Amino acid sequence: MVMDYKRGGTDAQQYVWGGAIPLQIHLHDSEVTTLPPPPPALILAPRLGYLPLLVPQIKPFFSSSLPPGVDTVWFEYRGLPLKWYIPTGALFDLLCAEPERPWNLTIHFRGYPGNMLPPCEGEDSVKWSFINALKEAAYIINGNCKNIMNMSQSDQAELWRSVLNGQLEAYLRVSSKLKLDIVGDDFAFKLNSTTSHSRQSTTDLDTTGTIRTGRIPVRLYIRTIDEDIDGLEDAPIVDSWEKISYINRPVEVHNEGKCFTLYDAIKTLLPELFKDEPSVDSNTCEAEVKGGQNSNEGSSKSTEERGEAQTERAGLPSDSAEIKLIRIQGIEPQLEIPFGWVVNNLMNPEYYLHICIYVKVLEPITI
Amino acid sequence: MVESWDGTLSSTEFYVAACAFAKQWRKFNRSLPQWSWVTCPKRPWISHDNQVGYLSVENVILPRLSEEADQKGDIIEKEECVSEYEDEVVDTAVVVHNGGPGVHRYDFHAVYSASYRVPVLYFLQFRANGQPLLLDEIEKDIPVHSAELLTRSKWTFMTQEEHPELNRPWYTLHPCGTSEWMKLLLSTDASAAQSGIPVEKYMISWFSVVGQVFGLKLPVEMLNLVGADSTIVCTQ
Repeated sequence: MVMDYKRGGTDAQQYVWGGAIPLQIHLHDSEVTTLPPPPPALILAPRLGYLPLLVPQIKPFFSSSLPPGVDTVWFEYRGLPLKWYIPTGALFDLLCAEPERPWNLTIHFRGYPGNMLPPCEGEDSVKWSFINALKEAAYIINGNCKNIMNMSQSDQAELWRSVLNGQLEAYLRVSSKLKLDIVGDDFAFKLNSTTSHSRQSTTDLDTTGTIRTGRIPVRLYIRTIDEDIDGLEDAPIVDSWEKISYINRPVEVHNEGKCFTLYDAIKTLLPELFKDEPSVDSNTCEAEVKGGQNSNEGSSKSTEERGEAQTERAGLPSDSAEIKLIRIQGIEPQLEIPFGWVVNNLMNPEYYLHICIYVKVLEPITI
Repeated sequence: MVESWDGTLSSTEFYVAACAFAKQWRKFNRSLPQWSWVTCPKRPWISHDNQVGYLSVENVILPRLSEEADQKGDIIEKEECVSEYEDEVVDTAVVVHNGGPGVHRYDFHAVYSASYRVPVLYFLQFRANGQPLLLDEIEKDIPVHSAELLTRSKWTFMTQEEHPELNRPWYTLHPCGTSEWMKLLLSTDASAAQSGIPVEKYMISWFSVVGQVFGLKLPVEMLNLVGADSTIVCTQ
């Protein structure tokens, strides 16, 4: 029974892998050479995919309209050139405060902004960036990239193909060989002992009581909102990447017998936003984990109330800023969900968890 | 239980190591551009320490190695070029500090990677008119043996990616092997000094390796600070 769900992935993993964002792609005015101009292209973009991978599907819509020259494709949302190495779902969660469906993007085939974006030569560049991120994640989890460097050509090809085509089962088959399991069945982390000679081994639960640590790959995108807004739909658009703070730092987990929640994880990365706040009640957390164990959703109804209280607490302002929204794979998970569940179910294929956080910067109080 | 050092640093240790390196460089390389710490203009509520930043040096001009030295790989001829780093000797045959129209200037940043727990070298190079160079032009600048390494394993050696602190593409030396060779260089020091990682020596050893890619060698006095076996002097 357990093996069945593992082969095909958990329910949540299936939702995430099947998730897609409807895009309406417009050719930039400066590149339209035909009258009437071509209508926009409508396509579904996988959340876990990357925009340049869609170009072969999009180009036929516009190729007869393009000016002569060599293609150097890039995408833009309301004037902001999009970073092609960020997964499509993360871009959408970050840049569309109020989800826009379809998401209206502009495509360019000329005039690549080389001073802003590293070059992208299609699928090869995206694949290289993906493998690089996977290596980095492996290094974070195991202390070395050996298992990635030693992948056979056919395994690497199969892994990339499963990502390209959004095939979860094929992906799970190949990725299980990488020995990058960081979460066990009970959502607890598989941790390594602190002595460095055993850093490279994945070990069973230690019964002698030594402190065990683990590192979880996380990419945090923080969007600051410095205007007073009523709802998310009023959030000012992001017109520059300077408005986004990107934090590429692993979450360190220490097994001290307490349940480690999503709240705890974000607090370790952004401690300044959680000043003077009570920590999570560990007893409450254990009960929730037991109750939620039978369901793959990970949060039972009885936790809703606690969840609200939790979110409110996180919303309590520090001196200068407060968290308005935490979005992962398009959802706002309850903060008391075990972080292990979040990682296992919501991470991207390169083993990174991408978290978008909207932070409201408060006005300083003037006396 | 004996803990052996794995060649990595915490971000706080990197800050200390970087400041020590800037001081050591100033002492022995007075005529060269100096390293300085650049604090990141992140929102203060994101990080709780003021040490978030990177080490930067700008307008470095690479030493011109003679064509013969490159091809023969002759140690003696290379050592002639090391002399340009010593204050008292000025080799007029080597165009260094004034830079004519064909001279390329380099900016180097040492940025800490929380993932690999080591410093990572990012660099950009400019022509005299301020225009950045392309990757194949850089390859012409660097010593022949580095170029060979480059073509053999391009994707794992020198690549172009977004600078982690500035929203622009820079070139970088991939860090995945760094902890291993740092461990090789300094592990004898680490076990000898029971206080742990030799933070004061870390950047000298690190730069003795990454600087070699560009033909930049540290002066003998700096190398002596860490001992002969804690640095790499290229003999190929």
